[in-house]
Amino acid sequence: MRSFDLSRRGVIGSAAALAACGPTGGMPGSLGGADMARGHLLRDAFGDAVPAETRRTGIAILGGGIAGLAAAWTLAEAGYRDFRLLELEDRSGGNARSGRNAITAYPLGAHYLPIPNVEAVGVRHLLDRLGVITGWQGSTPVFDPYQLVGDPDERLLRLGRWQEGLVPTLALAKTDHDQIERFFAAMASFRDARGSDGRPAFAIPMALSSRDPTLLALDGQSWTAWLDRHGYTSAELRAHIRYVCRDEYGTEPGDVSAWTGIHYFAGRRGDAVGDGDAVLTWPGGTGHLAEAMAARVAGHVDTGHVVGRVRRRGDGVSIDALDAIRRRRVRIEADAAIIAMPRFVAAHVVEGWEGSADGFSYAPWIVANVSVDRLPGGPGAALAWDNVSATSNSLGYVVATHQGLASVGGASVLTWYLPLSEMAPARARALMQARPLADWQRIVHDDLMAMNPDLDGAISRIDVWRWGHAMVRPVPGFMWGQARQAAARFAPPLFAAHSDLSGISIFEEAHYRGTLAAEAAMREAGFAHHSLLAA
Amino acid sequence: MADAQAGDAVTRLGPILLFSAFVVATCGLVYELLAGTLASYLLGDSVTQFSTVIGTYLFAMGMGAWLSRGVKRNELAVFIRVEILIAAIGGGSAALLFLLFDRVGDFRLPLYGMVLLIGTLVGLEVPLLMRLLKDRLEFGDLVSKVLTFDYIGALAASLLFPLVLVPYLGLIRTGFLFGLANVAVALGLLLMLPKGAQLRGELAAGVVVAAALVAGLFGAERLQTLAEVAAYQAPVIYADSTPYQRIVLTKAGGDLRLYLNGNLQFSSRDEYRYHEALVHPALGRVARPARVLVLGGGDGLALREVLKHPGVDAITLVDLDPAMTRLFSRSAMLTPLNQGALTDRRVRVVNADAFVWLRANRGQFDAIVVDFPDPTSFSVGKLYTLSLYRELARAIAPGGIAVVQSTSPLVAPRAYWTVAATLEAAGLVTRGYHANVPSFGEWGFILAAHGPIGDAVRLPPGLHFLDAPTLAAMSVFPPDMARRPVEVNRLDNQVLVRAFDAEWSRIEG
Repeated sequence: MRSFDLSRRGVIGSAAALAACGPTGGMPGSLGGADMARGHLLRDAFGDAVPAETRRTGIAILGGGIAGLAAAWTLAEAGYRDFRLLELEDRSGGNARSGRNAITAYPLGAHYLPIPNVEAVGVRHLLDRLGVITGWQGSTPVFDPYQLVGDPDERLLRLGRWQEGLVPTLALAKTDHDQIERFFAAMASFRDARGSDGRPAFAIPMALSSRDPTLLALDGQSWTAWLDRHGYTSAELRAHIRYVCRDEYGTEPGDVSAWTGIHYFAGRRGDAVGDGDAVLTWPGGTGHLAEAMAARVAGHVDTGHVVGRVRRRGDGVSIDALDAIRRRRVRIEADAAIIAMPRFVAAHVVEGWEGSADGFSYAPWIVANVSVDRLPGGPGAALAWDNVSATSNSLGYVVATHQGLASVGGASVLTWYLPLSEMAPARARALMQARPLADWQRIVHDDLMAMNPDLDGAISRIDVWRWGHAMVRPVPGFMWGQARQAAARFAPPLFAAHSDLSGISIFEEAHYRGTLAAEAAMREAGFAHHSLLAA
Repeated sequence: MADAQAGDAVTRLGPILLFSAFVVATCGLVYELLAGTLASYLLGDSVTQFSTVIGTYLFAMGMGAWLSRGVKRNELAVFIRVEILIAAIGGGSAALLFLLFDRVGDFRLPLYGMVLLIGTLVGLEVPLLMRLLKDRLEFGDLVSKVLTFDYIGALAASLLFPLVLVPYLGLIRTGFLFGLANVAVALGLLLMLPKGAQLRGELAAGVVVAAALVAGLFGAERLQTLAEVAAYQAPVIYADSTPYQRIVLTKAGGDLRLYLNGNLQFSSRDEYRYHEALVHPALGRVARPARVLVLGGGDGLALREVLKHPGVDAITLVDLDPAMTRLFSRSAMLTPLNQGALTDRRVRVVNADAFVWLRANRGQFDAIVVDFPDPTSFSVGKLYTLSLYRELARAIAPGGIAVVQSTSPLVAPRAYWTVAATLEAAGLVTRGYHANVPSFGEWGFILAAHGPIGDAVRLPPGLHFLDAPTLAAMSVFPPDMARRPVEVNRLDNQVLVRAFDAEWSRIEG
């Protein structure tokens, strides 16, 4: 859950919209997201020039993605008022931002949140405060049925027919069927397992996972190698695992560690009255949560602020930033700073952190929002929230209006996802920059037509969003290696907070890192508070 | 055109003119039959409709014959123009009348206007023909030949119409086909004219009309009504695609049926059974049902029953589709069925999605009638979920009651009892009952209230189905419909749609 990404927007000399509007090939739409060339220019633009304005604050939060917003929320909940949040973009939310058109709100990135585990104390507190949890039966939360994903939630196009669920079930050979059964049984035992230290083998937040060396050893090998070693050779099973791996990490199974590969299947023990395996979703995806969090701390947020340099000064921190809206350099003197930016940015702007991003790599993604006049159909299972094709290299589409209550479906927006996982991230980012809107639109259009020929003539608009550094990549050795663990360590007055410090780019991790950093900063400041992470 | 040239032309056209008499007579009678049939489909009472349509038509033909004396010269050109006009108006008459049916206040105006216009034009035909042929034939021979072809044409039309045209082509396509015959006569005559006597304007008009008729014949008609004629057991008399659904009315004998998206909503033969069973067990249990809410039921038939209860002050009807409520408010054929209930001053019609409306609603009602379509899809299935029933429970006033149509407990017992279990999960007390509606089968309903639901029901006078012994019998569930354990239907599991689909596909295959 990335919160702060210089490369996403060109700022110097222009606060103009990032979307290059206007169709290039007949199909209306826009190209939004990364402008890497400008992002790179930005680094060099901060010299030793004297700032036009100096501000003072207790705690500065740098980055307004979920980690930064969670940090701000935590300070606000504790009654700590002397803080500012600096956000590069015009809107906070990071990966969780949403877009909106005449039809509906839609996600630009993250689109759902699974029912949180018992150990995800902070997220449960947040959901309770936001009314997503409507009550408790004992210590088990009751979730608002309007915010739980409606049925049918998932369908898979395979052998020319849609089936319910994403795991292949129809017309399977016996070996495929047996391997799928064996695999999910193995994952279930990982899910229920505890390490020698008594902690769950795989937890969310991942920091609460067991440190049992036999489990951590799984981080040293690739997910593919582990699957091969355990005889999971079924093409059907491997296709499903590849889909999950790209969906969750934006990365191929050969490029993530076995520990992370297993974590997806074994880390979720959703705790709810009713179905704990359900997910929560909103038309604008997790933008719904980001907006609610931002509203809580609205008076503290400075958007359009590009942080260029962060330095320790005496006991405190000095932050040089560019106020892109008023186009002036500002200096913020703070007692402490929560660095809620991705590490690849932080390493450039925080003095003394040079080189600390070594080992961190990020997966690029394309997200397209496709406006349609009518809902897709197809043979077999009815339209679901999440619709995936076994033969496509995309991850399919989610339907933004799925949670709507109208009994007759009409126009909608389909959010289509493609992680560029098949080439090295840097190459993929270069390609992403070079390819014009019309080409992306054609790719999206053709992929949708292959899945749903019934959409012929129904597409009225395709808006493409490029995420240059969408997700941290949990490559083998990263989760439990030195680079990540060193980067995650607090170094007062600097407190790092970003989902990349968890190696997994999900809402819960970003929220955990932000909350943890805010509480550490308050402790350092001697500000008494009740911990939102205490059970 | 010089008269001498015209005379030559007529001489050469003699045989085709005589053949025209046959075609013209067939077409003329077909249009008359089309109008009569349409009127009796759409307005009912076929004796009256046929009688008045035929009377009007013959009178109009008389007017046409009288008007023919105003034609002083150029009879051939006038005849050709008349043929093109009849082709356009007569050929498109059925399509136009179907189209206008729900868009005008009184359907009789366009109907008789059309009949008068076509009749007048057809009335011009034979006098003009006879004048065109008068120089070629002796008077006695002329009258004999023209009238012979005229009556043979009439016989052909009267036999073809019921035996071939209506069953195989339907009314709209029959209209287009015979319009083509008229325009073929005009074009045939035009093409046989000598070079110097060509009528370019008429030729162009004839080609345009012919093209439009061909398009009509193979266009929309083939896509919609024809497919429907095959799918429905009775002739389709009305069809409309709204943004929300496809509305189709069929009529055979005295039986009028409404289909939404192909699903039967009512048959006029036995709908009283369904609607009496739907409404009275609920309203008859409320001390004074002053405020009533009807969800669904845009046909106004449930409203008709609600209005039979004394003490009803205000009824809110929420139906998604304005086209439905408009049709059943205005159509002269349909308002007798609901006794004009939709335009009763106590009724407020709201065109909105019921779930969205109910969730925003803060009012309370003494009685709520929930008459949604069956849960055949996940989007309609939302209307049967715990979340909706929680909103419903909020809307039931203290001492009030709701009733939910809940599919067949005989065909789909799991689905039926899922509705009951879901209402109970929303904190309501339920009581089920069922009634036999021949066109539906054994049909189920569930009462829901905040407290116990007693046996006593006050029935309004004048019912055809419900009485005290019938009511008592309706509460008995034999073993094949008996309650069974089921899951609660929620937005995130939609078990009802799955159960409904499984149970109904067992009998529908």
